[in-house]
Amino acid sequence: MTNLKDWETVIGLEVHAQIISKSKLFSSASTNFGSEPNTQVSLVDAAMPGMLPVINKDCIEQAIKTGVGLNAKINKFSVFDRKNYFYPDLPQGYQISQFSQPIVGEGYIEIDLKDGSSKKIGITRLHLEQDAGKSVHDIEPSKSYIDLNRSGIALMEIVSEPDIRSSEEAQEYVKKLRSILRYIGTCDGNMEEGSLRCDVNISIRKKKFQSRSLLGENILSELGTRCEIKNVNSIKSIGQAIDYEFRRQFDVINSGNEIIQETRLFDEKKGETRPMRSKEEAHDYRYFPDPDLPPLEIDEEWIDKIKKNLPELPDIKKENLINQYKISSYDAAILVSDKSNVEFFDKIITGNKKRNAKNVVNWIIGELFALLNKNNLDIKDSPIKAEELGELIDYIEDQTISGKIAKNVFDEMFKTKKRPKDIIEKKGLKQITDTGEIESLIDKVLNNNKDKVDEYKSGKEKLFGFFVGQVMQETKGTANPGIVNEILKKKLAN
Amino acid sequence: MDIDKKLVKKIANLSKINIEEKNVDKFAKELSNIISWVEKLNEVDTKNISPTTNPSDIKIPFRKDEIKDGKIKDKILKNAPEHKGGYFIVPKVIE
Repeated sequence: MTNLKDWETVIGLEVHAQIISKSKLFSSASTNFGSEPNTQVSLVDAAMPGMLPVINKDCIEQAIKTGVGLNAKINKFSVFDRKNYFYPDLPQGYQISQFSQPIVGEGYIEIDLKDGSSKKIGITRLHLEQDAGKSVHDIEPSKSYIDLNRSGIALMEIVSEPDIRSSEEAQEYVKKLRSILRYIGTCDGNMEEGSLRCDVNISIRKKKFQSRSLLGENILSELGTRCEIKNVNSIKSIGQAIDYEFRRQFDVINSGNEIIQETRLFDEKKGETRPMRSKEEAHDYRYFPDPDLPPLEIDEEWIDKIKKNLPELPDIKKENLINQYKISSYDAAILVSDKSNVEFFDKIITGNKKRNAKNVVNWIIGELFALLNKNNLDIKDSPIKAEELGELIDYIEDQTISGKIAKNVFDEMFKTKKRPKDIIEKKGLKQITDTGEIESLIDKVLNNNKDKVDEYKSGKEKLFGFFVGQVMQETKGTANPGIVNEILKKKLAN
Repeated sequence: MDIDKKLVKKIANLSKINIEEKNVDKFAKELSNIISWVEKLNEVDTKNISPTTNPSDIKIPFRKDEIKDGKIKDKILKNAPEHKGGYFIVPKVIE
C-alpha cells in the first residue's frame, strides 16, 4: 500500500487558441461567431475539388506575436502538413496543420502560485492549423447536423512541456496564457464560445524523495503511462478533471493494475473522466507536407518589427506597477491577470495624482472584487465605475467621510449605481470634523452617563469604548473617530 | 518492405475503399511490388541533403485579411445528399 501524498502528477497541456482575424486561415470567408449555419463557408472551406488554400498574412503575424509573447523562438522556416482523419466536420478529409516544423519553437511562461512563489513552465511549440466544423448531435436521434462556419478558422495549438505538477499550476498556466493572449490581442480567450480549448495530458509518479532506489540511483525521470483528457473547457473543469484523474490513476496503481494509455472525456456534470469510445485507426494521421502550400518563410525584419510593436505584456506591467506604486507582488499579479483590471486601476490612479496606490488596490481587490464575485459580474460590467470609486477614495482622503462610512456608501453605490457625492449628501453622511461640535456632543454623552464616568475614573478603563460608541450613535457614525478619541481622552482625564 | 494482407485491409479502411476479400492477396502482391520498386531510392546517399518539402521554387503567396467570400450557403449545400435548416445532415456520429 502506498500513500497518495507520496505521489505527484505530471501534466502537459495542449491549448487550442482561435486567432483573432477577420477572415479564415486559408480562405476569405468571415470568422464571425454565431452566424447562421454554413453562411461563412467558401468553396475552399467546403473542400470543393480544385480549390487551393492561400494563407492569411495577419494570421501568421498573430502567431509570431504570440510566439514573442511566450518568450519563444520564431522559426524562419516552417512547413504545413496534412493530418489525415475521417470525420464529417472535416470536409477535406485532412486538417492543414504543422507537424515536424512548426512556426514557433521553445519558449516559456512564468506563473504565480498562491504560496507566493513563481514557476517557469516550458512551452514546447506553437503551430498554426485549421479549425474543424461543428457537429450537432441532438437535433435528430439518428442524424448529425454539420455546420462548417468554423471550418478553416485559424488556430494556434500551444503545447506545454510536462512541467506542471498540480491542478493549481495547470489552472494558473491557462490563466496566464489567456492573459498574455488577451494583452497582445491574438485570441479573445473566451472558453465558453470555444475560442480557447484545452486538452490535458496527465500521468502520475512517486515524488522525488521517494523515488531513489537502494543503490541511490535517481529514477525520478521515469514517467508513468499518460492519459489524454479532452473537453476540458473551463478553468474550473481543468482543476476538477486533474484532481479526479490523479485519484483515479492512483487507485488503479494502488490496486495492482496498470494505467492504459487512452483518451478520456471529462464529464462536466458528473465531474469525472471516462474513456472515449476509440475512433478506429483514429491515431494513424499519416502526416505529410501539404503539396498545395510551399514552406512558410519569415524574414528577420518582419519579426523585429513585430517585437518592436508588441504591447506591454502582463509580466512587464506587473514589474512596472510594483516599481512605480510600491504595491505588493501579489496585488500586482491580481491586477495584471486581466487587462480590464489594470485599466480600471490605471483610470483611478491617473484620475487624481494624489490618490494613494495601496488604498486604490485595497478598494479594488478587497472590496470591489468581493462584490463582483458575489454577484457573478465581470469588472467590465461593474456597477461602480473607476471614476466613481476614485471619488469615493478622495472623500475618505480629505476626511469628508470616515473609512467605515465609506464602506456603506460603497455598498450603496454598487446597488444603486449612484455617485458617492449624491449618496453622502442625501443620507447626511458627511463626517463631523468640527471639534467644537464634537466637544459639545461628548459633553452631552458624559452628562447623561455620570455613573459610568465615575466607574471609568475608578479604574474601569474598558468603558472608554462605550463612550466612543455613544458619541458615534449620536452622530450616526459620522463623527471623526480620531477627534472623538482625542477629546474624550482629555475630558476623562480631568 | 512487404505489404501483408492485414496492412492492405488497414490501408483500404483508411482510404474508405471497399476491397473484396478475394482481391486482398492480389493487392498485397501489387503494393509490395510498388513499394520495393520505390525503395530503390533508399540507395541514394542523402546524408548532406536537406529534405525537400516542395519541389517548386515558388514563395508562399500571402493574402490580406479581408472578408471577400462566403455567403453562398445554397451553393455549398447544393450537392449535399441531405440538408435542412442550413445544416448538412449525415448519419449519426458521436465523439
